[in-house]
Amino acid sequence: MSSTSAPLSALGLSALETPPSGASSARDFAHYLASKIVAALVSFVALLVVGFIIFSLMPSNPVLALTRGRPTSAKQVAFLTKELGLNQPIWERFGHYVINTLQGHLGYSFQFETPVATLIAQRLWPTILLMGSSTIVSVLLGMWLGIRSGWRPGSLLDRVSTGSAITLWSVPTFWLGIILLVLGSVGFGPIPPLFPAGGMATAGTAGGFAIMHILDIARHLVLPCLTLVLVVFAQYQMIMRSSMIDETGNPYLLTARAKGLRDAEVRQRHAVPNALLPSVTLIFLQVGTMISGAITVETVYSWPGLGYLTYQALQIPDLQLLEGTFIIFSASVIVFNLLADVLYRFLDPRVRRA
Amino acid sequence: MTATTTQAPGAAAAPPRLLALRRFAREFAARPAAMAGLGILLALTILALTAPLFIHASDLNVVNAPGQPLSPPSARFPLGTDYAGRSIVPLLIWGTRPSLAIAVLATALTMIVGSLIGLLAGHFGGTTARILMAITDWFIALPTLPLAIALAAVLGQGNTSITIAIAVTSWSGTARLIRAQTLAVEARPFIERAKALGARDSQLVFRHVLPNVAPFILVSATLTVSGAIISEVTLAFLGLGNPTDVSWGSMINQAFFQGAVSAGAWWYILPPGVAIVIVALAFTMIGRAVENLLNPRMARRP
Repeated sequence: MSSTSAPLSALGLSALETPPSGASSARDFAHYLASKIVAALVSFVALLVVGFIIFSLMPSNPVLALTRGRPTSAKQVAFLTKELGLNQPIWERFGHYVINTLQGHLGYSFQFETPVATLIAQRLWPTILLMGSSTIVSVLLGMWLGIRSGWRPGSLLDRVSTGSAITLWSVPTFWLGIILLVLGSVGFGPIPPLFPAGGMATAGTAGGFAIMHILDIARHLVLPCLTLVLVVFAQYQMIMRSSMIDETGNPYLLTARAKGLRDAEVRQRHAVPNALLPSVTLIFLQVGTMISGAITVETVYSWPGLGYLTYQALQIPDLQLLEGTFIIFSASVIVFNLLADVLYRFLDPRVRRA
Repeated sequence: MTATTTQAPGAAAAPPRLLALRRFAREFAARPAAMAGLGILLALTILALTAPLFIHASDLNVVNAPGQPLSPPSARFPLGTDYAGRSIVPLLIWGTRPSLAIAVLATALTMIVGSLIGLLAGHFGGTTARILMAITDWFIALPTLPLAIALAAVLGQGNTSITIAIAVTSWSGTARLIRAQTLAVEARPFIERAKALGARDSQLVFRHVLPNVAPFILVSATLTVSGAIISEVTLAFLGLGNPTDVSWGSMINQAFFQGAVSAGAWWYILPPGVAIVIVALAFTMIGRAVENLLNPRMARRP
């Protein structure tokens, strides 16, 4: 799913803006690291404030929102009002909210009758498995295509792959997922149903042989992973393509060619390593896009992760659960942005040695 | 750009901005992809506006639907029927209305908020700019869908909350772009002249800077619309739209949750998605063309 209007120009420029400066690199790095960590903490505090505004201040009656769809007596409403601290001043409520969130008390899901933190912990691993596997596949695919198409802009491969990347950019993730679901698990025309329709494992196989269980999960993973890859690889491809194009004019490539190296060698050994630097950090900045994709893909395939949990929370709507997933998703993006900043500084020798 | 257009002979009387606009229109017309995008959008807009003339409420009513549920395409129902037995074709045409309206409205809101913040941050500088840009960066960094879901869920199902959710989550890119362009414009000598003549802040921003950054607002808008359409259908698919509305997102939602997948009812699943892709692509084509025309350095970029 698209996140911002300008797909590529807006991507993670913050990571690249910090100019290399200073002399003593170790002290500089510590300073840089500290400033980035402080910035991440500020972002996190802002996230808590926004979460508090959305989920605690905006609903006109949080008790009613919590208990929607359930009969509640006046006594229960009074109890919940007191329990949630709704009759306290806003600042006190915010204080409690921050302390609770930091201690991992993310509220209570009335829908699942389980603490939100427990639910999130249960659903975390499937999401990491799905997002991790599809990130690896789409990075490899996107990088490969990006290198080829950026090396020869305007070639057939470039036009085909850039064209399909732009088209996939305009495809809603969940719709692509539904189509793959029909093709892959229901079967269409001559295509037999090859993959399970949803979930993460076939019921009743968990206790069996470990290998069988892993294979079963892998079979369930194929379609959702493929959907995410198709949606996301284009971004890596575009990033890699433009960073290859940026490298092509550089004199060191002329030197390499003048030495008599073959074109493939010039590309792989000289251009690619340099083009990789900015791209690697941008991968970390794509986590937000992956999360948006994961929410809809997990919904389509009832993959028991955080995205599907978000969808389940939406149906009631279970606001405390929704708040929990919102905080977790956003906080993980803040962490990955920090990692991207640090990694960029660490990887690029020009910045490190400066 | 606009201010530096060389005047063509014979048209010396026309004001430079009009001339620039004319040249822009000519160059735009020379791009087949952009013109195709524009043509598609015009056709769809006309279709959406005239839909009430040939689609009746009974076509959209779930009760007393004319056909069997989920029946494949036939002479009577060119694209088959939905879960209730309604013909897909009028639903698809009717779905254009909320989908386009929400996307355009959300984009307009996005542009107003984004341009205002960008102009203010670019013009005033200092602490104001730092605070505004910190907020902008925060919104750029955060994943949009969870925030949009949270907002739409709290505001309640409906088109208004979807529109607000999209606007709140997509203004930041515009703000950044407009701030950069504002800084570029304000470095030019005519701003200094206006300042020397005693122009007030509001005059500087709205009479001198705004007309010069307006083309970039246009670029940002066309590119935002396609994102807004995708966001709109995504939120509607997740069940945050108006439950009684017929829109492309709600069609896919109903198709998915009312058994079209296990029935293999491709005629129900494909058309709304294809429509979304066509509209999003059309806006992207136009946006890219406008971007390339305004900033030729971007031309070789994807």
